[in-house]
Amino acid sequence: MAEFWINMGPQHPMTHGLWNMRIKVDGETIVDAVPIIGYLHRGMEKISEVREFQKVIVLTDRLCYVSSITWSHAYCLTVEELMDFEIPERAKWLRVIALELQRIASHLMWLAAFGPDLGLLTILLYSLRERELFLDLIEMMAGLRMNSNYTRVGGVRNDIPPEFERSCQRNIAYFLKKLDEYEKMMESSKTFLMRTQDIGRISKAEAINWGVTGPNLRGSGADVDIRRTIPYEVYDQIDWHTAVEQDCDSYARYKVRMIEMRESCSIILEALKKMPPGPFRAKPPRRAEGEAFRVTEDSRGEALFYVAADNDDRPYRVKVRSPIFCTLAAAPTMMIGHKVADLVSIMGSIDICVGEIDK
Amino acid sequence: MSGSILTPGLVGICRALVEIILGVVKAIFDALQLPGVGSWFVSSGVVVFCTYLIAALVMLLWAAMINLLLVLWVERKLYARIQDRRGIMLGFPWPWSKKYKSGMTNVGWGFLQNVADGVKLLQKENLTPAVADKLMFHAAPAMIVSSTLMVFAVMPFSEGLYYAKVSLGILFILASLSIAPLAILIAGYSSNNKYTLLGGLRAAAMMMSYEIPLILCVIAVVVLSGTLDPFQMVAAQERPLYGFLPSWNVFSIPQMLGFVVFFIALVAELERVPFDIPEADAELVEGWTTEYSGMRYGLLFGFKWLRALAGTGLMVILYFGGWSGPVFATFNVLGYPIPILPQEFWFLLKVYVSFMFIVLLSWSIPRIRIDQLLKIGWNRLIPLALLAILGATVFKTMGWF
Repeated sequence: MAEFWINMGPQHPMTHGLWNMRIKVDGETIVDAVPIIGYLHRGMEKISEVREFQKVIVLTDRLCYVSSITWSHAYCLTVEELMDFEIPERAKWLRVIALELQRIASHLMWLAAFGPDLGLLTILLYSLRERELFLDLIEMMAGLRMNSNYTRVGGVRNDIPPEFERSCQRNIAYFLKKLDEYEKMMESSKTFLMRTQDIGRISKAEAINWGVTGPNLRGSGADVDIRRTIPYEVYDQIDWHTAVEQDCDSYARYKVRMIEMRESCSIILEALKKMPPGPFRAKPPRRAEGEAFRVTEDSRGEALFYVAADNDDRPYRVKVRSPIFCTLAAAPTMMIGHKVADLVSIMGSIDICVGEIDK
Repeated sequence: MSGSILTPGLVGICRALVEIILGVVKAIFDALQLPGVGSWFVSSGVVVFCTYLIAALVMLLWAAMINLLLVLWVERKLYARIQDRRGIMLGFPWPWSKKYKSGMTNVGWGFLQNVADGVKLLQKENLTPAVADKLMFHAAPAMIVSSTLMVFAVMPFSEGLYYAKVSLGILFILASLSIAPLAILIAGYSSNNKYTLLGGLRAAAMMMSYEIPLILCVIAVVVLSGTLDPFQMVAAQERPLYGFLPSWNVFSIPQMLGFVVFFIALVAELERVPFDIPEADAELVEGWTTEYSGMRYGLLFGFKWLRALAGTGLMVILYFGGWSGPVFATFNVLGYPIPILPQEFWFLLKVYVSFMFIVLLSWSIPRIRIDQLLKIGWNRLIPLALLAILGATVFKTMGWF
């Protein structure tokens, strides 16, 4: 059969967001693939240059609409380093709780999107239902469900309400039960294993060379987690494990995220116990000079912020390193030689978020 | 066993009705001093023509209106419940219901939703792509719709509710069901779109690998029952087996393997989720239906469920004893025996229960890939179907069955 190009996007059910995967197919087999991005470019980095440090958080919230707290937190951490400012102890713990809640919500959104990619619409409804639990907790914490604007330069927006700990424990206990159910539903299905095992392989060396990070890299067998390798906030005071799978395929990436959700739950519960009382926010200086960059573990990989300032109350330059931007570049390596249907499951398994790719 | 509501048969009742109406017409023409016209109306040709016309209309309304809407409703409501949703809720606005008086239309059972969707689709524009092969693009939906309706020409719902009694009925049903993949290929190819082309080619590949085991399994049934007539096939399943079970083919040992293969092939034939690769909506937008819009899309979409009804009906006739049911009691109305639970009830019960099983299946497992599907078809199902034929032949020749 003749080879021809197919546009999988920009308006296509495969794309979670607005991007285009041009694939060259020989019958059903993919022989070439070119990701095309830029449809959602909002100039976030440039707009940041005319806004004060605090006001940029609104933009970083919208970098990835399913993982807003982690992105705002990465920015705040960088600006605090730029200002050489130490935040109160309690704020660090609150941030850890918020980050892990957001990580679970983001991974649940990934699971919700991964199901329909494989033709299983039921898991979408299930995991969105459970995501509500965590959005409720985030709402209780920050007052908003999605773009919560919670982490601020100098701490967090507000302390948690007194009933938060109890609802958090209750929701997590319920969620862990449900998570077992979903794992059973997915992994006991032979079709699910047929569609994910040995699909979209990327070896450890290749993944590191392409700059793949986060759960996708850990699915390839590299034990790299910024929370452990370059600890920030109070992750070094918490007892938790990194989820690493050796199989390098879609199934390994799925497995890593499922384990990570459990780990996040245990981190939250531990942080709730260990959290000291005290102030949750301190007043940072208005102006800063110099440059700083910090790397954090976003729900999708290494989120790096570079902020430079020239003794002004607004940044001179902001640069975002999006983890999925690099992973997307590695996507053709994963999918060449597979079938058209595998394109969808591979792209589903690496958890695309176009907001942060296009910035 | 229990009888049918329509004891003289659908055609018989229609004939009686037509004879009464045409008798009145004849009387009118006789009164107008036109005896020639009157006697033409009651001549056998006109009576037979009108009878079959009305019977076809009744069958069409029964299959395509009542059962199609019901089967759609069952699917949408059931999978909504699987997904922890309430599903469609647009109900009949009964003027006496409190909910209707309170101005709420979204609290009913949802029967009206499919009608509303149909009305919405009717209002939409029927787009034809400029580069499409117009003739074939327009012919494909007609082929799918007509071939699906052809099934109901010979599909009996009971000993009374059928349109035509064809001695090769099973063969006719299988033949009509296998026209649709060809029409899908035509639709996909003529739309001149890459997604639809891939969908159409996938349908063709699937047709090759799933029609064969489907028909081989039917051969295994035919070897034992010795007939392709749905009525005789159901009659063969009406005696008791091992003393306590009904002698449905699904319970008889030589047919069990064939049933499993038939069921898997049927799910593929109906394009349900594990095998819905021709219209895999995640990778091929809407597959071969991508370029269709308006009611043309509505017909293609809705008739998928009518094909599901036809397919499960065929499965019930072949393996679940058709309309044979356990209730014997009848009561007499004017000396005319009316069964309490008629054959139609048992047939529809079996059809809907097996359809619900397919719905449960298809909303709880992911879709498989085209090469895996072909591998299952050629490497597993066809050898197993041949084995089922062998088993049936051995049982038949040894006289064990």
